[in-house]
Amino acid sequence: MPLFLNDEQTMLRDTAKDFVTEHAPVSHMRALRDAKDATGFSRDLWKQFADMGFTGILIGEDAGGLGLGHVEAGVVLEEIGRNLSPSPFLTTAVAAVEALKGTAQADRWFPGILAGETVAALAIDEGAKHRSSVGMKAERSGNGFRLTGAKQFVTHGHVADLLIVAARTAGSPDDDAGVTLFAVPRDAAGLTATPERLADASLAARIAFDGVEVDADAVIGEVDAGRDPLSRLLRAGRTGAAAEMLGVGGGAMDMTVGYLKDRKQFGVAIGSFQALQHRAAHLYSEMEVARAAVLKAQQLLDAGDEKADQAVSVAKAMTGLATTLAVQEGVQMHGGIGMTDEYDIGFYMKSGRVLAEMFGDANFHADLLAKTAGY
Amino acid sequence: MTTDLDTFRADTRAWLDANCPPEMREPVRSEKDAVWGGRDQSALTPAQKQWMDAMGQRGWTVPDWPTEYGGGGLSAAETKVLREEMARIRARNPLNSFGISMLGPALLKYGTEEQKKRFLPEIARGEIRWCQGYSEPNAGSDLASLATSAEDKGDHFLVNGQKVWTSYADKADWIFCLVRTDRTNKHNGISFVLFDMASEGVSTKPILLISGYSPFCETFFDNVKVPKENLVGELNKGWDVAKYLLGHEREMISGMGLGGTGAKNPLVEVAKRSVGTGDDGQLADPLLRAQLALFDVRAKAFAAQSERFIDELKAGRAHPAQPSMMKYYGTELNKTRYELLMSAGGSDELEWESEASDGGREARAWLRTKANSIEGGTSEVQLNIIAKRILELPS
Repeated sequence: MPLFLNDEQTMLRDTAKDFVTEHAPVSHMRALRDAKDATGFSRDLWKQFADMGFTGILIGEDAGGLGLGHVEAGVVLEEIGRNLSPSPFLTTAVAAVEALKGTAQADRWFPGILAGETVAALAIDEGAKHRSSVGMKAERSGNGFRLTGAKQFVTHGHVADLLIVAARTAGSPDDDAGVTLFAVPRDAAGLTATPERLADASLAARIAFDGVEVDADAVIGEVDAGRDPLSRLLRAGRTGAAAEMLGVGGGAMDMTVGYLKDRKQFGVAIGSFQALQHRAAHLYSEMEVARAAVLKAQQLLDAGDEKADQAVSVAKAMTGLATTLAVQEGVQMHGGIGMTDEYDIGFYMKSGRVLAEMFGDANFHADLLAKTAGY
Repeated sequence: MTTDLDTFRADTRAWLDANCPPEMREPVRSEKDAVWGGRDQSALTPAQKQWMDAMGQRGWTVPDWPTEYGGGGLSAAETKVLREEMARIRARNPLNSFGISMLGPALLKYGTEEQKKRFLPEIARGEIRWCQGYSEPNAGSDLASLATSAEDKGDHFLVNGQKVWTSYADKADWIFCLVRTDRTNKHNGISFVLFDMASEGVSTKPILLISGYSPFCETFFDNVKVPKENLVGELNKGWDVAKYLLGHEREMISGMGLGGTGAKNPLVEVAKRSVGTGDDGQLADPLLRAQLALFDVRAKAFAAQSERFIDELKAGRAHPAQPSMMKYYGTELNKTRYELLMSAGGSDELEWESEASDGGREARAWLRTKANSIEGGTSEVQLNIIAKRILELPS
């Protein structure tokens, strides 16, 4: 398979580009922020995503979805990133769907996701930095389990219908075995979700689980074998976050290159200065390399290739590095106006920072690659 | 369901298994291991010769060239399968050649039918080794200011002047050369000619480099007669051919960024030897480990970009200036790789002549990489091209 979008994928990209640009441009995000919107995204827009079929991209045709892959999900995510559109698409239609796929939970949650009614959030992180370890306790209790502990950086966690929760049913935090993944309704007794506004104006919850009781059928997959669905979730989430970052970095770069052509100083466009040309050209190169890494990961994931995990870490790390450069160069080359709230480039910097951190930053994934390679 | 491509893959795998000698599945360790072909093949080992000839006769040294010019006539998809199957058994490149990577594509586009029939098959079979006469003492980054002249003498040109940084000119059989045919017009006064390095009036002088090697030469032309039929493209339109060829040269050089992404990472092996590992198997120097790991991210991402670039190129979808980006990134990456290698190896890798260091192999290779971002257009020239042609920034 060649490493570029095929005709159908290109058509989907054009559709997604038109749709997101029309319905959720950066001004949409700005308006939600200015209104101190308590949801964090537009539910109407989520419905429209469903009407467009986007929420079913990764859901099989037998279950009413489109039965497409990570390349197609990524095409939509890149447009979300480029427009900084607040959306539960990544957590719900990508990461949660992949975790639930093929499990008994799929029938329960997929219809709502397909309809654009259900929102899912991912309760994975237990500290400020994403780690592979899972320490939160889930103890057997009656017919089910009792969850006790805390999670953080749970995007949409305060409004989600469904929380995907990683907890430990056996062993110690760093063990692979003994992790169980749960599908927990947000209205479960003992669950408190406290939304925190992040730097990019998105809302992520700190969630306290105070002896939350769930039935045995809340288990996603098998008890103690939650690494399987969790790995599916993380592979999809990381690849998706990388695709969204490509949009953020690419959007920042395009805006900046446009500014270099328009802005005049000393009587000429500042883009005629070699000092800026070389920085822009270097940035372009980094973004191209990141784009290839993302497409490679998506294709390997879709092919079920055993090298997919490595490619996913490369994609997440590389887009983190390239996008972090893109947004910094963006603000710097815009000069003073780049520091103003009125101008959009600053939003790209904030969003890029949040996505770089999500599901493990470049250092986390470089470390993972090194461990896998035996050093 | 078995597709044609599956069948091709199975056949290719069987043929490679039968025809690639075991020695040609070992990693390339030094310059000596690289096969360049040419009239003088006395330095080749029997395995090198067998592998080059087997691939050359099948046209697989140039798998996607047309069969009538000595190529394999393979489609883009088949070529990719061949490369994958060669990588699977770690088969060495059977033939390194400026004829394949630079002149061939230019002749396919600009050459006459006679030129293609005459020159391409012997390039494919590794019978003639080519060198490139581009840079001059006063024409480096500003290549179009070149002054080597070709005077029209009726049935031939009379070439006079000097080239510099001519890679392997002292070992090459023929040269593709940029010459000035009109002094009044800078870019539109350059022509692209081919001639035999054994011609009367051609002399070469190797230049000793910081690596202690002399891969580059000064090349002198003193009344060299070049037959008119050896002009490629139109008279005074050689700059178009030169630029097209430079794109291919940049692609080739960008491939240097690909080292070290195989199963065994030589950087890591060197680091393990010199700093050791802890109980957890991790390198005992955490800062070096972090540098290697972050480098690995870029190296693997660039490998994906190289694959994407080739796929786009074969499908005619690549931006014409994209080779500049590939060249820039690949060469900077390769320089970083060797800086890390020297840092990982410590004083072991500083030895210049010892047997243990194989005569300073890595130290010399480290210094050699410094030319990567100079030859074929400096990194700064590539950034200029990206800025102007891809980003369309104003001049």
